[in-house]
Amino acid sequence: MFGYAVLLIIALSLVAFYVGRAQGAAFVGGDVKSHSLPAYHGAFVAVWVGIPAFVLVLIWVALQGIVVDQALLGSLPASMTEGASASQLRLFLSEIKNVAAGRIFSEPTPEIQAAAETYIRWQGIARWAMLVAATALMVVALVIARSRLSTRFRARNNVERVMSGLMVFCSTVAILTTLGIIASLLFEAFRFFEQVPVTEFLFGLNWEPQIRLREDQIAGAGAFGAVPVFVGTLLIATIAMLVATPIGLFTAIFLVEYASDRVRNIIKPIMEILAGIPTVVYGFFAVLTVAPAIREFGSLMGIAVSPNSALAAGGVMGIMIIPFISSLSDDALKAVPRAMRDGSLALGATRGETMTKVLLPAALPGIMGGILLALSRAIGETMIVVMAAGLIATLTLNPIDSVTTVTVQIVTLLIGDTEFDSPKTLAAFALGLVLFVVTLSLNVLALHIVRKYREQYE
Amino acid sequence: MTDSTMTVAVDWTSEQGAARRRRRHAADRRLRAYGIGAISLAIGLLAILIITLAATGYKAFVQTMVEVDFTISADLVKADDIPAGNFRAVVANAMSKLFPEVEGRETRELKQILTNNTRFIVRDAVIADPSVIGGTMTLRVPASDPFDQLNKREISRDLPEDQRRVNDRQITWFDKLDAEGRISTPFNWGLFFNADSRFPELAGLAGAIVGSFYALLVCFLISFPVGIAAAVYLEEFAPKNRLTDLIEVNINNLAAVPSVVFGLLGLAVFLNFFGLPRSAPLVGGMVLALMTLPTIIIVTRAALKSVPPSIREAALGMGASKHQTITHHVLPLALPGILTGTIIGLAQALGETAPLLLIGMNAFITSPPGGLMEASTALPTQVFIWADSPERGFVARTSAGILVLLGFLIVMNAIAIFLRQRLERTW
Repeated sequence: MFGYAVLLIIALSLVAFYVGRAQGAAFVGGDVKSHSLPAYHGAFVAVWVGIPAFVLVLIWVALQGIVVDQALLGSLPASMTEGASASQLRLFLSEIKNVAAGRIFSEPTPEIQAAAETYIRWQGIARWAMLVAATALMVVALVIARSRLSTRFRARNNVERVMSGLMVFCSTVAILTTLGIIASLLFEAFRFFEQVPVTEFLFGLNWEPQIRLREDQIAGAGAFGAVPVFVGTLLIATIAMLVATPIGLFTAIFLVEYASDRVRNIIKPIMEILAGIPTVVYGFFAVLTVAPAIREFGSLMGIAVSPNSALAAGGVMGIMIIPFISSLSDDALKAVPRAMRDGSLALGATRGETMTKVLLPAALPGIMGGILLALSRAIGETMIVVMAAGLIATLTLNPIDSVTTVTVQIVTLLIGDTEFDSPKTLAAFALGLVLFVVTLSLNVLALHIVRKYREQYE
Repeated sequence: MTDSTMTVAVDWTSEQGAARRRRRHAADRRLRAYGIGAISLAIGLLAILIITLAATGYKAFVQTMVEVDFTISADLVKADDIPAGNFRAVVANAMSKLFPEVEGRETRELKQILTNNTRFIVRDAVIADPSVIGGTMTLRVPASDPFDQLNKREISRDLPEDQRRVNDRQITWFDKLDAEGRISTPFNWGLFFNADSRFPELAGLAGAIVGSFYALLVCFLISFPVGIAAAVYLEEFAPKNRLTDLIEVNINNLAAVPSVVFGLLGLAVFLNFFGLPRSAPLVGGMVLALMTLPTIIIVTRAALKSVPPSIREAALGMGASKHQTITHHVLPLALPGILTGTIIGLAQALGETAPLLLIGMNAFITSPPGGLMEASTALPTQVFIWADSPERGFVARTSAGILVLLGFLIVMNAIAIFLRQRLERTW
């Protein structure tokens, strides 16, 4: 129904545009010079017909469910709702909706049956009412907007003000997204911390997220100490950085100082390919090739390597991060003023000495910023570890053991049907909050370092 | 002229001098060698990645088919109610006719050669052409996964019988079918036109491709206009104040937020708060749009910046309003750059997996979605589902799915490069 409403709004706005433009065209060539072009008169009418109706439909869609639910509960016989708790009422509602949608699990009571029929009827009424209300609003807006058109009417300025308003709204979407992330993470994490103390979450050494199905369940309610998860994340991220930093840095050094333009034009696109491969592909590569290879190598050496070792996941993640480090280091090295490089070469230093004694020290803050950004990416990377790292949180620093990470836990806790009141699913949001805070701080720190360094030379 | 003199005369030609020079040049060459080594390592790893994918994936692009004559007797299939017909018996009869000597419990092993869904394939063929009732119909039916593997030499015949999934009897039957010319390996169109299935030989990417298309469509419809509007405002209109500074910092940080956090946002806000359906491409597209938005804003701003100020000044000088200057002159000139950046942003969104997992786009769905609100998978999540499946045949399917995904990415990036080279102007 929403789709039809949008189509209706678009159609009527188009009509409004042509009506307005025709009226605007009539002003042209009169005694008094028209202020705005006919198209602006048309756009003025269209904007005032379309936008309020669109907002109305959005609000209607958002509120319809709540209003209908309340009315439904009110219509239930008093014998059912008397003394019922909020969760019982919710149960009634979902049963009514299930019956209305034809998903009947057990024979519904006559009251529920009747309520389901009412629900279907009201849904229909509400839909049509929305279309009627939107149409009425648009017709009224059309009449009012048309009546305002005149030769001296500043239609263009009016339209441009509306456009500016829309642009401001669009640019706040980014802020709204951030606020949405923070609000949803904080809200759900807060509910989690009501059930599990913050200190236990941050400092506990035991991570066994599970729901207690029965009161007397032997395994208990599960443990939510996230330290093993954090340690696992850091272990894998460290392995990734150990792989990526030297390779990426030496690549950048070669490209900046030694490579001819032709070689650079070949290697740069290859690095971009490496950066453009989706992470799920790297994850499959880790499972299909790297993990078995490491296992094989381990058994040759007589070491038992876990099938989902931290080494495999971290190593592949390192490959993924190479282009990230190489391009950021490349930028940092290139940003060093040319005079410094030329001066060093003119004094007789070799290219290698210029690089290690002049360019690298000068570019170090920029490179450090790049490494921090890459680290934040390694910590937040999900698919590689979901596919190649383990699920069980063991507190270990052994790279050939299986460890789990924050992102793995978030995904495994939330995959499948989720109930939003068990600590198990809420724990994912607490982990998400930690992840968000850590990556955000790393980014802010990295950008700060990079910016501070740039100011020295500009 | 002061009378300063060089106190130490360095003898550059001395033995030590030469040795020192050699040492320094050796160090220089070492650094260069490290660089070459690092690059070769990176390129080598990329090559290994692509070669392993291609080597495991190419086999899924062909599918072993078995040609079988099905006798559709009027006893088993009634013309007035075809779907209720006993197609299980039709299939069993057809196989018994091929191997009359096989009896008893062995017929069950015999039927395993064909895919488990053979009876539905026959049923659909009969529904499409009811005139075959009472006659025979020759169909090419996919072989089941073990025999597909056998035919592709993935299962070695040299293994002891108890270590492979096909026994010696079944191999003899299969070889007999092969000798009769009933086995063929045509191009596997099912990979593109079938939806997901529990059976590897029938599983295809159709649902995932359609789902990804819908999600990207939603992503484009939201992020493209919103991104351009935001970028135009920030670049051309915004006064320099704390609010616009905040927005700018915000956009940069948003670009670096881990993708799984966007998934949490989608789960908490779109599914839990607004009550939108799980697994729907609409929700997936909305989450991807929020992720793509910073990219599009950043590239649009760069494109707007590259339009020279003289264009703006000329338009303003002719009496155009600021809005007219931008919509009539600046935006059209910046459009190639914006489009290039948008396509690259969409290509990133196409490969994004983690947020889609959290909003449930990894469900097992056996038909392509009919609309934006219907449950569906996407290409990368389909790859993830197949990678998690235990059947041997899914390894090749996963690689093939990845190759298809990479194919789409290459096409999108090629379009972006083409646009950049053909349309972008340098001033």
